[in-house]
Amino acid sequence: MTVAVSSRTLALRRLRRNRLSFLGVLLVVGIVAVVVVGPLLWRVDPLATDLVHRLEGPTAAHPLGTDVQGRDLLARVLYGGRVTLLISVVSVMIALTVGSGLGLVSGFVRGWFDVLVMRIVDILLAFPPLLLALVIAAARGPGVGNTILAVSVPAIPRFARLMRSQSLAITEREYVLAARAIGLSPSRVLFRHVLPNGIGPVTVQASIALGIAVLEVAGLGFIGLGVQPPAPEWGAILVDSRTYLLQNPVAVLVPGAAISLSILGFNLLGDALGDLFDVGGGR
Amino acid sequence: MTAAPLLKAEDLRVVFRVDDHEVRALDGVDIDVAPAEIHGVVGESGCGKTTLGRALLRLVPLRSGTVAIGGVDITALRGRSLRRARAQMQMIFQSPWSSLNPRMPVGRAIGEAARAHGRSRGRDVEVEVAELLELVGLDADVAARYPDAFSGGQRQRIAIARALAVRPRFIVADEAIASLDVSVGEQIVELLLELRERLGLAYLFISHDLSAVERLSERVTVMYLGTVVERTSTETLFRDPAHPYTVALLAAAPGRYPREVRRRYVLEGDPPSPIDPPPGCRFWPRCPVGPLHDPTRSVCRSVTPELVDLGGGHHVACHFPREVRLPDPAVR
Repeated sequence: MTVAVSSRTLALRRLRRNRLSFLGVLLVVGIVAVVVVGPLLWRVDPLATDLVHRLEGPTAAHPLGTDVQGRDLLARVLYGGRVTLLISVVSVMIALTVGSGLGLVSGFVRGWFDVLVMRIVDILLAFPPLLLALVIAAARGPGVGNTILAVSVPAIPRFARLMRSQSLAITEREYVLAARAIGLSPSRVLFRHVLPNGIGPVTVQASIALGIAVLEVAGLGFIGLGVQPPAPEWGAILVDSRTYLLQNPVAVLVPGAAISLSILGFNLLGDALGDLFDVGGGR
Repeated sequence: MTAAPLLKAEDLRVVFRVDDHEVRALDGVDIDVAPAEIHGVVGESGCGKTTLGRALLRLVPLRSGTVAIGGVDITALRGRSLRRARAQMQMIFQSPWSSLNPRMPVGRAIGEAARAHGRSRGRDVEVEVAELLELVGLDADVAARYPDAFSGGQRQRIAIARALAVRPRFIVADEAIASLDVSVGEQIVELLLELRERLGLAYLFISHDLSAVERLSERVTVMYLGTVVERTSTETLFRDPAHPYTVALLAAAPGRYPREVRRRYVLEGDPPSPIDPPPGCRFWPRCPVGPLHDPTRSVCRSVTPELVDLGGGHHVACHFPREVRLPDPAVR
C-alpha cells in the first residue's frame, strides 16, 4: 500500500516537474519568437516621437498606448525585448566562454594555475553578483558595452567553479588516461575528451545565468546605468512608464511582465535541462 | 633473461599525497619485460599493481627510478618527446565501461590514436580503423557507433584496437579480463595471445586471476605493499614458491586446493597501510614463519630483505625463503 502511494506521489511529482519544464520551454520559445518576429509584423518605428499623441492609453493605433514623447509602446516593448535579451545572451556567452575555459584548464593542469584562478574566482564570488554589476556599471558609465561587461563579469565565477569540478572529475576517468597514453596533445585531450563530457551541467548553469542576466540588464536600464534613451530596453521603458502608472497602467504591466516571464522561463528551462542531464543544478 | 629486455625499469618509486600523508604506492620496484614476453603481475588489491603499470607508461609522476623501452631511457622525457615515446607502449584498462569516451564514436577514437603519431592521415585512417576493428574480431562497419551500443567484451576489443592503433611493442593489460564474464574474458585472453603471435607484442599482464596468469605468462612478479617479493618463471612459481606470501596467495586461490588445506594457509590480519609500512620486511606482521612465530627472528623487523637470486633466475625478497611450502600436489 505504502509502495503504491509513494510510487503515485513520485509519478505526480514527475508529472508536475515535466509540466513546469514544459512551461519553461514554452515561455522561452514564446518570448524569443515574439521579440524576433514581432517587429517584423508590427512595423512601427520605436523611436518616432509624436507630440500630439503623448501619453495615450491603449487605442487601435497604439495597442499599448504611447509614452511621454508619443512613441508607440508596443514597438518599444518588442524592440526593447531584442535589446534586453540580446545583451543578456551575449553577456552569458562571454561569461560561459571565459568562466568554463578557465575552469576547464584549471581542473586539468592543476598546480599553481589552478590555485591562482580559484583565488580570483573566490574574490569575485565574495561580492553579490548584482552589487558587482552595479559597481562595474557605475565605474564604467552607461552604454551597451559596459552593460555587457557589468553583467558578464559577475557570472564568470560560477561557470569557472562548475567547469573546474567537472574537469577535475573527468580527468580521472580511464578514457582520459587512455587518451594521454595514446600520446594526444593536452589540448586535444581537453577539447575532445574532457570538454564534451563535462559540458552538460554548464548548459544548466547558462540557462539560470540568463534569467539573472535579464534581471540585471533590466535593472541597470531601470536605474539609468544601462542602455541609454532613446534606445528601447525593458528596464528603461519600465522606469519611463512608471511615472504615468495611473494614466496608462498597461505601459508598466507589459514590460514588467515581459521581464518576469523571461526570468521565470529561463529558470524553469534550467531545471528542465538539469533533469535532462541528471544533475542537481538549479535548486 | 639473456635477450636484451624490451622494457626495463629500475627502483621505481611513486608517492601519492593523501591529505597530509604520503602513500608509498611503489617503493623501489625493478621489473623487465623481454620482447614478446608475457609477464604476469599478481598481488592483493592495493599492492601497487595498477600503479606499476601506470608508472611504466609514465602516466603517474615518479619520485625516483628509471624506465627504458627498447634501450632508450624515457624517464626524463616531457611534452612532445614523451608523447612520441608513447607510441611504443599502450594500456588496456580494467573496465571497458569507463575506458571509452561515451561521446565519441568508436571509429573516431581508434582513428584518433592511429593519427596521433602521424603515420596515417585522411582516408588512410578510415582504412586503418577498419583493419584494426577486423583484427580484434569486430565488423568494420561498427565504426560510426557510440560505445553504449556495445557489450563489455566488444568494448574491450575496441579498447584493444585503440591501443594497437599506435602500433606499440608493449602493452600493459591492467586487469583486462576482471570485469568481464568468464567466457568473454576467455575470448579476450585468446585475442591477446593471437595478437602476440601476429604482432610480436609483449604484455605486462596484471591480474588477480592466478589461473589466467599461470596459463598466459612466461614469468610472474609477485607484489606486496608496493614492493616485489618474488619473481621467477611461471612454472617455478606455481610449483616451488619461495616467499611465504606467495605460498599463501597460491594456497588461497579458489579451486586450487580443498577447503581444509586452504584454511591452514589463511593469512592473519589485513595488509598494513602503505601510509605507514612496517619497518624491515613488510610482510613480517602477517608472516607464518616471521618474528611473531619465532621471536629469534628479529632480523625480519629491522632489515628489509633484498630481492636475491636463489639460482636460475628465481628471485625472492625473504630472509627465510622456502620455509613455508605449498601442500603436496597430491592433495590437489
